[in-house]
Amino acid sequence: MENVSYVFVAFAIVWAVVFGYILLLLNRQRRLQQEIDLLKQRLEDRKSGD
Amino acid sequence: MKRTILLWISLALMVTALYLIFVIAPIERTMGIVQKIFYLMVPMGWLALLSFLVVFIGSILYLKKRSLRWDILSYSSAEVGVIFTTLALVTGSIWAKPAWGVWWTWEPRLTATLVLWLIYLTYFMVRSFATEESRGATFAAIVGIIGFIDIPIIVLATTLWRGLHPGALIFQGGLDPTMLLTLIISLLTFSTLYALILMQRISLKNNEVEIKRMKELSQPFN
Repeated sequence: MENVSYVFVAFAIVWAVVFGYILLLLNRQRRLQQEIDLLKQRLEDRKSGD
Repeated sequence: MKRTILLWISLALMVTALYLIFVIAPIERTMGIVQKIFYLMVPMGWLALLSFLVVFIGSILYLKKRSLRWDILSYSSAEVGVIFTTLALVTGSIWAKPAWGVWWTWEPRLTATLVLWLIYLTYFMVRSFATEESRGATFAAIVGIIGFIDIPIIVLATTLWRGLHPGALIFQGGLDPTMLLTLIISLLTFSTLYALILMQRISLKNNEVEIKRMKELSQPFN
């Protein structure tokens, strides 16, 4: 049963990388959406100021 | 909406796959418990190939139509592909140690998979080194098409050269039916996850393009 550690490490690495990558993407998506909203607001403010 | 449905399907499949792997699937007689890594390693390898197939198709369509959406598809799939290829190599290495006694060996399929990983890296390097974005996309598309040659080499490696891999055992009916079912569910789980991640990555890239466009629009005002 000493090989259990290999199984544990393999599964832990795969799930940690997959979920870590998904979280990273979601976080980046949230930041980009905030930036888009800010830029939209800025463009509208400039247009109404003209 | 599509992504939420896919997320729930992935989660349900994930639980089913883990249950099948650790509770239902029998422990292999020769290798013992370490054979369970097989249910991770095969899907990782499959997704490495599937990602590059998407890169290949996207690259051809980009060169033909010059539409940004095909470049975004190829780029996103390449990024997801490099992650799954890395995981295929890592899980393969973890399995190789107890099975073959070494972490790495220059076995045909392993070497061809390492070459695929290097092709993925080249895909990103040519893109980042290019002076213009469109030129980088064109160079990357060429790498995406030429690099596809490695895919049949990986698939046929065990048939063409004598290596340590057991060959087409799965397709020759050499796998226990429960093990085969577990493998299929595992493949489905990770394929659904791939689709979900790819959709998320495409959406992210679209937002990056949108921000760039908006910044250009706001330029004359500054």
